[in-house]
Amino acid sequence: MAAATKARGPQTKEDRLFQWAAGTVLSVFGIFMLVPFAWMMLSAFKTEAEIKRLPPTIWPETFTWDNFGRLFTEMDFGTYLTNTLLITLFAFVGLLLNAMAGFGFAKYRFKGREKMFLLVLATMMIPGQVTMIPVYLILNSVGLTNTMLGIVLPGFSSAFGIFLFRQFMSTLPDEVMEATRLDGASEYRMFAQIILPMSKPILAVQAILTFIGGWNSFLWPLIIANDQKLYTLSVGLQLLKGQHGTNFALQMAGAAFMVVPIMIVFMFFQKQIIENYNISGIK
Amino acid sequence: MKGSSKIAPYVFIGPTLLLLSIFSLLPIAVALYISLTDMDLAGLADYANISFVGFKNYMDVLGDPVFLVALRNTLVYVVVGVPLIIMFSLGVALLINYGRSKLFKTFRIIYYLPSVTNIVAVAVVWSYLYNPGIGLFNYVLTTLGFDRVPWLTDPTIAKFSLILMALWRGIGLNMIIFIAALQGIDRSYYEAAAIDGASAWQRLTRITLPLMRFAIFFVSITTMIGWLQFFEEPLVMTEGGPLNGTVSAALFIYENGFQYSNFGYAAAGSFILFFIIIAVTLLQLRLQRKQNEE
Repeated sequence: MAAATKARGPQTKEDRLFQWAAGTVLSVFGIFMLVPFAWMMLSAFKTEAEIKRLPPTIWPETFTWDNFGRLFTEMDFGTYLTNTLLITLFAFVGLLLNAMAGFGFAKYRFKGREKMFLLVLATMMIPGQVTMIPVYLILNSVGLTNTMLGIVLPGFSSAFGIFLFRQFMSTLPDEVMEATRLDGASEYRMFAQIILPMSKPILAVQAILTFIGGWNSFLWPLIIANDQKLYTLSVGLQLLKGQHGTNFALQMAGAAFMVVPIMIVFMFFQKQIIENYNISGIK
Repeated sequence: MKGSSKIAPYVFIGPTLLLLSIFSLLPIAVALYISLTDMDLAGLADYANISFVGFKNYMDVLGDPVFLVALRNTLVYVVVGVPLIIMFSLGVALLINYGRSKLFKTFRIIYYLPSVTNIVAVAVVWSYLYNPGIGLFNYVLTTLGFDRVPWLTDPTIAKFSLILMALWRGIGLNMIIFIAALQGIDRSYYEAAAIDGASAWQRLTRITLPLMRFAIFFVSITTMIGWLQFFEEPLVMTEGGPLNGTVSAALFIYENGFQYSNFGYAAAGSFILFFIIIAVTLLQLRLQRKQNEE
């Protein structure tokens, strides 16, 4: 399938037929991709009685916001939301640390640089299942289980993030750094006032991914938080699934509450997210 | 001045390096050690209760019928899931890359969307879709005259239901990688092929796919590693049930560690999984090298 080979030439009949066929196949599968989202949204606005009816209604007969209200009255979604936002905020501290490390690896020559960078990359290959239990034991030994700090610390630094920052920052011109140094600025001021502003494209991508990752964080909150006061939205939603197993309207409202903000963020920034894979140099 | 620029790199990389050491490197040593002990809740309360047991945990795990079932399930996930996800994401990427109208940009968003959604939310929605009585899937099937499918209540079918959901969620990421690779192919190859009168099929099999070899290899390795660790889907959807029908190796480790608090036992299991991952990856690297030599 030639990648828009003849974009400049005249379209042949065969080519136009292929275009239509491709569009049709993608549409059919595309509808299947969207069905779960559509069904979630429609069901979230139905009453509990309506959702149990057979045959099911497609459009909500009595349109209700009740389910969303009950998330905050019957469940503690207010607390879960606060915790999730707090974790996301913390994740941005981690993002800054990754940017610093990426800069250190990109722009300085120092003893052991190559070896340390290889070590960072090697950590990407360790499966989560191997570190899961020891990390829990380590956090437990310093009394950080069932604390917010214990939830966020394990995910603070990401080898992949460091790698992407290093890739981007090594393309920044050295002359700018030299000029800043001649002006007498310290290395740290240079990083904050010159390097970070110049790294806006990669920062934007990483910020979006950090937000999505923080918002969706599930495993560490699940392992570390014993107390419902520390639950995140995803852990709370799992609790809801267990407690209100048959109330699908309420469950769909909870799912929609988690998914819709991410969908909006994604729609806004999809170009940056998708192009991230060009920056990472996979192609 | 000189001094500050000498310490500066260590200040920049120090915090992350420290964090990675504590949460990635040190844990390997800790895991290796506790996998040789009988560490459990009593051991957690007082380290004096821990005793060294040698390779007993490894022997026990390898003889544990649940672990063997988990390994078999994981094999099914990998053997069925990996080819499916590569075929679908490659197919979608080719079709999207082929299209010229604006509509195809929209398809890119639609197919990627499930990848950014939360696993618990996805599981909640799919559990409802899969519900045997009032779920949408069975309603559509019965309306069309088919029998109801026990999506999550039959041990064998449940595996495939989880794969279907993971497929839906996993296409997007690989598709983006494939599209990036497709856009990197030099147009002149196709122009030359067009002059030679090559058919669309020939262009696909003789130019596009061979040039995509590295991307396909990259995606198969990462997907394979990912599916060997298949975990969140069975954890949230089925908790490994029914009758251990969906329990995966990674879920087995999680359950033994955090539900039964058999930390030593679970750590031994995690190393066995780690060895399997390394072995499979090395095997794939070797196959790839052989293919390149031909």
